[in-house]
Amino acid sequence: MNIKPSKLMLAMACFCSLVVTGCSNDDTQKQNQEAKVAINPDPYPSTYTPIPGEPTVITNVTILDGIGNKIEKGAIYFSDGKIVAIADTEGGESLDIPKGTQTIDGSGKWLTPGIIDNHSHLGVYPSPSTHSHSDGNEMTSPVTAQVWAEHSVWPQDPGFTRALAGGVTTLQILPGSANLVGGRSVVLKNLPNRTMQSMKFPGAPYGMKMACGENPKRVYGSKGGPMTRMGNVAGYRQAWADAQDYMRQWERYEEDFDAGKDPTPPKRNLKLETLAGVLSGDILVHMHCYRADEMTVMMDVMKEFDYKIGTFHHAVEAYKIADKLKENNVCSAMWADWWGFKMEAYDGIRENIPAVHAAGACAIVHSDSDLGIQRLNQEAAKAWSDGKRAGLDISIAEAWVWLASNPAKSLGIFDKTGSLEAGKQADIVLWSGNPFSTYTKAEHVYIDGGLAYSMDEPTTWPVSDFEIGQVGEGDSK
Amino acid sequence: MKRFTILISSFFFAASLQAENIAIVGGKIHTMGEQGVLENGSVLIKNGKVEKISKGFVAPDDYTVIDATGKVVTPGFIGAYTSLGLVEVSSSSGVVDASIGQSPITKTGAALDVSYSINPDSSLFNITRLEGMTSAATGMMSSDYLFSGQGAVISLAGKTPILKSSAFITVDVGSGGAEISGGSRASLWVMLESAIKEVEKLETPLTPAKAWFGVNAREDVSALKSVITGETPLLMKADRAADIRQVVAFKERHPNINVVLVHGVEAWREAEALAKANIPVIIDPEYNLPGGFDQMGATLSNAARLEAAGVDVAIGMDTHNIRLAAQHAGNAVANGLSYEAGLASLTRVPAQIFGMQASLGQLVEGAKADIVVWSGDPLEVTESAEVVIINGEFIDMESRQTKLRDRYLKLQRGGSTNPSFYIRKE
Repeated sequence: MNIKPSKLMLAMACFCSLVVTGCSNDDTQKQNQEAKVAINPDPYPSTYTPIPGEPTVITNVTILDGIGNKIEKGAIYFSDGKIVAIADTEGGESLDIPKGTQTIDGSGKWLTPGIIDNHSHLGVYPSPSTHSHSDGNEMTSPVTAQVWAEHSVWPQDPGFTRALAGGVTTLQILPGSANLVGGRSVVLKNLPNRTMQSMKFPGAPYGMKMACGENPKRVYGSKGGPMTRMGNVAGYRQAWADAQDYMRQWERYEEDFDAGKDPTPPKRNLKLETLAGVLSGDILVHMHCYRADEMTVMMDVMKEFDYKIGTFHHAVEAYKIADKLKENNVCSAMWADWWGFKMEAYDGIRENIPAVHAAGACAIVHSDSDLGIQRLNQEAAKAWSDGKRAGLDISIAEAWVWLASNPAKSLGIFDKTGSLEAGKQADIVLWSGNPFSTYTKAEHVYIDGGLAYSMDEPTTWPVSDFEIGQVGEGDSK
Repeated sequence: MKRFTILISSFFFAASLQAENIAIVGGKIHTMGEQGVLENGSVLIKNGKVEKISKGFVAPDDYTVIDATGKVVTPGFIGAYTSLGLVEVSSSSGVVDASIGQSPITKTGAALDVSYSINPDSSLFNITRLEGMTSAATGMMSSDYLFSGQGAVISLAGKTPILKSSAFITVDVGSGGAEISGGSRASLWVMLESAIKEVEKLETPLTPAKAWFGVNAREDVSALKSVITGETPLLMKADRAADIRQVVAFKERHPNINVVLVHGVEAWREAEALAKANIPVIIDPEYNLPGGFDQMGATLSNAARLEAAGVDVAIGMDTHNIRLAAQHAGNAVANGLSYEAGLASLTRVPAQIFGMQASLGQLVEGAKADIVVWSGDPLEVTESAEVVIINGEFIDMESRQTKLRDRYLKLQRGGSTNPSFYIRKE
């Protein structure tokens, strides 16, 4: 049977947005039909509520808007959780601010969108890093698309608070990279709270973690395979083929039901459900992949099965194939300078990020680290200056897209955050100076307009349950 | 007088690698020694040594002149705690000399000696040194033994990089040490005391004919002798305050032993005691998370609080990215460490810890000419080393990484229609 992708996509678009009465058609529903089986796409809904914020204007501040522009001296006004307006006040623009609005003089300071880290394991590999807390890798089978990182997230991980002090307002929590398919990711607002659901970014699509190369073959090489890179690729391909078959089963069910028959719905398969969500375009692929040659093979697998790889993570060799990444519209999330800890990281260079950017491809600075996430601005600064020395002329304003708009696009939330534009969520960092300096710190971090972190007010610093009553509670971190 | 600017191509440096007399003029010189900071000074280099440091522009005839106007000059940085030369690729890539399984020669691990293992052809040497790090302490990161063997101090240039062998012995007295001692500090410390006391009390030399039934093997005893005299520093790894108090108590019991605290996440809590006992520390100042119950007090203020109490702080614990030690020190400064102590943590303090202060870590007459000219403040993430001199010789500012970069930047710029394999030099 030939599969027409368009038909599959249609079927799955329906399948993945099923609600209780989702795809049913009352006109054709016969009395002898059981109710149409529908699958709730959002069984663990976000209960996120922003902390209350005051309408605020920050004046005389240097602004990087996260989409490539810089205002030397400007002002921003945000209210009710949203950015209302931005103005180049030195350039003659002005803001219409209601009287009595709280005003902060940003002289000498810089303002940027909140940092978005699209590669974090906070909560699933939390501090303390005891075995009992190690919940990031379901290393029981090479394809575990059925597991969801959000079911492992421990919101009391003190790492969230440290990342907040570093200006991180949104982050994606991924399963680990032991498996070919590691499971679903979850996008969080970095406002530490009691439950995962209360941190869950409303409306963010799911991601799915995949991994190339050394990790799966090392983990499964003596556990039934895959034990080679060719075994890895066979594993992805079979998984996609299984997902296609699963989609056809649902497609048949839909067709039969709509034709007035009373078909038995396929048994839900949580693994294939997630994979099918990728094939239908509802779930974004985040693929751990270091080597250039493997990334290009994966872009062919992507075409073979007609899905989209959103972002290659780590992408240590992205600089070798920046042209191909651009051509295929795949982002690369990278470290500034990690290298050498395994063979597939051996060819890391300091200019990877700016080289990818300069080639016109989508570059992202990511952390994959509970320490690195605290100073992603410095990671971007290193990459920017290394690029500059190598003749890659990129402005600081342009470089900030690596921390804001590009990761937001990678996570499918750029319509909501990731830039300083009117109407966007007021996820904002006020820096003590140029954030491309070692000595600069995040002074204020706003999430949806609420002041989530204030450097100069130690009594307001968040302290997780784990740290309560322990040495160092409430200390400067 | 030969004169050229420091932005000259690497070809020139490649052609001028032979020893020569060098004058670095016009820069802001952090001598890290008695001469302090010279805003506009000159460093003269002759026969691989620092000849003279003076104010103003001093450049005798027949000296190659480096114009460092607007730049910063420092002693070459020292990697305080690394495994450079002992590892090329850490995971699944053959023998890694920075770790060890079982060895028939040792019972406590003290005998293990990395000076046989250093490979100066390692790509990490070029990659690290062109970022301004010119020497390092290198040793095994861990072992299944009480001691992780004897480390060395190495230069990051030359075929025979060892500047000092048996430069330190490491012992983990935290959770890591407890784990290899059966799972409890109750065993660890008894084991350590026995191993040390045995050597302290040994009256006659061990000869092959003489029977020996010690906690240590024969070669361990021989390695530990220089530890109990204080000649070889004992690096004691510990994080939690209670363990650090044990380290201080150990020092009180064995005052001759030259104790250095390593990692020391909660060292700030025992800062006064460490200062009083004259125990310096080597730390990662960015470590601020409770990674376990031994690190509950982790804070970015660790370095600053230690300095305030008078403890000497060295910064830099890594191998592949020990080049980032300057960033770590910069972050310590951002969190309250003085700028002078930030630079000292990368130069003078590690040199002193390993007994190398006469030759490394300070620009003083007679010191080894390991010198770096920086584009600006070396603790700033956006600045970089522009000229690196080791042993009085210019380092070629190329590495495997810069060559990969140049190959692919050229390819991506469309500068070549050839496959990447055929792109060598511009």
